[in-house]
Amino acid sequence: MATTTVTTYLCIGCPLGCRLEVEHDGPDIVEVRGFGCKIGKRFAEQEHTAPTRMVTTTVRVKGGVWARLPVKTEEPVPKDKVLELTDLLHTIEVSAPVKMGTVILENALGTGVNVIATRDVEARPA
Amino acid sequence: MYDVTIIGGGIIGTAIARELMRYDVRAVLVEKEVEVGFGTSKSNSGIIHGGHHSEPGTIKAKYEWPGNQMWDRLAAELGFAFKRIGELTLAFSEEEVDKLLAMKEQGEALGVPGLEIWDRDRILREEPNVSPSVVAGLYAPTTGVINPYEACFAFAGNARKNGLELALGRPVSAIERIPGGFLVIAGGEPIPTRFIVNAAGLFADEVARMAGDDTFRITGRKGEEYLLDKRLQGFVQRLLFPLPTPESKGILVIPTYDGTLMVGPTAHATEDKTDVATSWAGSDEVFSFVKRVVPGISERDCIAQFAGVRAVADGNDFIIGPSHVEGLINVAGIQSPGLTAAPAIAVDVVRMLSDLGLELAEKHDFDPTYKAPVRFNMLPREEQRRLVARDPSYGKIVCRCEYVTEGEIRDAIRAGARTLDGIKFRTRAGMGRCQGGFCSWRSMQLLSEELGISMTEVTKKGGNSWLVCEFEEVGS
Amino acid sequence: MTTATMPVLKHEAYDVVIVGGGPAGLAAALGAREGGAERILVVDREPEAGGILWQCIHAGFGLHHFKEELTGPEYATRFLRMVEEAGIEIATNSYVLDIAPDRTVTIMSGEGGLREVPAKAVVLAMGARERTRGAIRTAGTRPAGVFTAGLAQKFTNMLGYLPGKRVVILGSGDIGLIMARRLTLEGAEVLGVFEIMPYANGLNRNIVQCLHDFDIPLHLSTTVAEIHGRERVEAVTVAPVDENLRPILDKGWRIECDTLLLAIGLIPENELSQRLNLRLDPVTGGPVVNSAMETSVDGIFACGNVVHIHDLVDFVTQEALLAGRCAGEFARGQRRPKDNIKLVPGRNVRYTVPHSISSEREHTIYMRVREPMERCVLRLGEVYQKRLRYVVPGEMVTLKVKPEFLENFHGDSLLVEVVERGDA
Repeated sequence: MATTTVTTYLCIGCPLGCRLEVEHDGPDIVEVRGFGCKIGKRFAEQEHTAPTRMVTTTVRVKGGVWARLPVKTEEPVPKDKVLELTDLLHTIEVSAPVKMGTVILENALGTGVNVIATRDVEARPA
Repeated sequence: MYDVTIIGGGIIGTAIARELMRYDVRAVLVEKEVEVGFGTSKSNSGIIHGGHHSEPGTIKAKYEWPGNQMWDRLAAELGFAFKRIGELTLAFSEEEVDKLLAMKEQGEALGVPGLEIWDRDRILREEPNVSPSVVAGLYAPTTGVINPYEACFAFAGNARKNGLELALGRPVSAIERIPGGFLVIAGGEPIPTRFIVNAAGLFADEVARMAGDDTFRITGRKGEEYLLDKRLQGFVQRLLFPLPTPESKGILVIPTYDGTLMVGPTAHATEDKTDVATSWAGSDEVFSFVKRVVPGISERDCIAQFAGVRAVADGNDFIIGPSHVEGLINVAGIQSPGLTAAPAIAVDVVRMLSDLGLELAEKHDFDPTYKAPVRFNMLPREEQRRLVARDPSYGKIVCRCEYVTEGEIRDAIRAGARTLDGIKFRTRAGMGRCQGGFCSWRSMQLLSEELGISMTEVTKKGGNSWLVCEFEEVGS
Repeated sequence: MTTATMPVLKHEAYDVVIVGGGPAGLAAALGAREGGAERILVVDREPEAGGILWQCIHAGFGLHHFKEELTGPEYATRFLRMVEEAGIEIATNSYVLDIAPDRTVTIMSGEGGLREVPAKAVVLAMGARERTRGAIRTAGTRPAGVFTAGLAQKFTNMLGYLPGKRVVILGSGDIGLIMARRLTLEGAEVLGVFEIMPYANGLNRNIVQCLHDFDIPLHLSTTVAEIHGRERVEAVTVAPVDENLRPILDKGWRIECDTLLLAIGLIPENELSQRLNLRLDPVTGGPVVNSAMETSVDGIFACGNVVHIHDLVDFVTQEALLAGRCAGEFARGQRRPKDNIKLVPGRNVRYTVPHSISSEREHTIYMRVREPMERCVLRLGEVYQKRLRYVVPGEMVTLKVKPEFLENFHGDSLLVEVVERGDA
């Protein structure tokens, strides 16, 4: 007889913040409880099986009017890659000028997702 | 060898320095903080007292009224703000009215002019926001307000212009006797000097002891003050005093020179002379009192709070005069009305130095003036226009709450500001309702640029008061 | 004055001058063009318009307006491009010193000098400022290392410096939560987020993704009672609060840290409004506006955080487009019929914007509630009601009012309230 475990999540669908319970047997979901709507159920399933996050952070810009360039992942990436990715981005330096949309890191950590600049940064006048 | 070393760059030390530099002497002012006025003076209420508060016969009374009368000329010469806005000491019961009358007589005996008893109607007509439960008040037209740090900067700036040397960020750690004088060890460096003026405020007892004078103790008496939003500008026109107690003049409503209202201070003994923390109890004490005097004021209007520690000598009076240690003059225990008295004390201390044998030859090229920094926001529109046309840096607002321009901040740094607080107290940038939330990064950039230091080296007030740090370095 | 120091403004006079080039100002400019204004000037104090969006590098903007999720800088860039394409003039590095009641705007711009510009209509879009330590009277010393969250965000996201290494955050609004994640990602240690209220003020999404993801604790009904350290912050004392929101000091504990971020709310920036003697709403801290977003002074409009604090930039945009459009119409001499119905906040409604409506047009009413409520009803007098699953103070409630709701209404004021179902 397999034992099941219950993991709880805070639903992010709306301010009600339902306490979602996912009963699971290893990776297999047995039941989702506590949701108030479809969004909650779907969120619990996603968050339990393959949570992802959009990553927004900055990289260093050389010679720009600002010292940092804001960047984002074009698509959400697996949650467990977030810190590894931001650490990697710490080692990257770009030179101004940079245009919004420029790919700063291609296929980040093999996720197939690019990291792109989210603004223009002009070069600092000499 | 210096003729005179002044220890302490507060209002007393800087006033003495300015007075002393009228004469041909070699003098240095030693201060432990990185800027002058950064100790007790910075947290002072900024009141030039009317002259009638001190009990006749005390040393305080000897200097209060003469000091009061010197501020108009000093403000004019040294370009700092001073306004005689008058004060009202308020009575809320018939018994208190008798005390007002006694206070009026005391003031008149000291020679203070213009004291008047106002009845309830007159008070409510002139100050309509005072509580209608007021019974009577003593009006003193001689009371004024200044920004005490501005006076410190101007005194020091003028003294420097006339030859004073400034040794800032140099705490005194020892004083040794040498033939004909002393060796003052400040920040590790020896300063040989004939005379010492001990104006070390809270630490005057420690400095005296280093020189061999163990005759007095200084204790701290903390005062908390609360600054209110500009919304209340003009809400109260005159300084409002309750009847005083032996410990303090009570909790006041202070319309500062800039029009912002300030309420406080509390007065409580503190063991730790460096303890400048405000407290919930202090805040409650101030606001519950003030709300009874001016019901329209509330803690919701508070934009900033701070505390200062007054230097109180045994006996509660000033200690001013030559020590038994030859060549040392103590100017200690300068609590209220110390700011008011400072110019008169300065004149007398210089006389004492002369009595001790310092030759005082008047300097022929003494320049009594100090150029007031530009205050863009205070200028008429047409002057603003001309100024911006001449120098566009005055056309760039940095502090949007107090309308302080880039030009003024650059001026302040060139006049000696080394820290964010130094800029704040010289220009008011960061002193308004946003408390630097919008402008401090820009002020920091200007400090970094003008002083040739990195942003991480910019401090709030010297020492370890760093503001930002670097991201971790980019991996190679 | 020589021509070299003259402002680089294209015109001597404008149809609409907009004070502030943040999201509200930029949308107002586009609205003014829609409303038929030709000469439009946006005055912004920074070297680039876009306002606070540049430092809000996280995503979550634009879901309503663009139907896609953008970061702050992307949202700003889109609007700047639209404004540029519309040929609207932006004066950057420029500062409005004064607005006269006849709508002459005094503009100062460094090299450009100081000049008076007549405008047919003015839109106030100055945004908000952050509440500071003084507002909550936190006891203790005044060391370096106490920053508002927005200033810390500017340091981190644009200037490239960290405000500190060991950080305590007071306030669980979205800015506080987002800074907790930002500082964590940039290498600082966030020791906790403290919230004086019994509920978090930010979105649940941010609680999960900014705090839970990084195991940052959130303490409700707890505040920073005291700050320690003479030169730099050395520690803070945090303590639970009593029913009057006062810290219970003897239940407090000390946290060694070098930085305290304050994310304790925003206040409309109304220096100019005060100088103009506009009627202000003591609840919002912003001007009272009618359904055209016009203030108590004719031809002076207002929108965005200067009117009331928004939680979504999309709503700012929506409100600013309306304000701009009405300002543009006003500049062309078009006058809308006056509002005939005053909105009165009732139970569990702190305020409404606008403060009045007209029975002849469609309106969006924005409001904020005082306290959280579930399964409730939003009532507009006796004329209309709408069921809501929930309301929370941190999330603005919007209501579309159609003229048909008011067909049979002949009064001059309507009570707006949110009540529990069955309590109506």
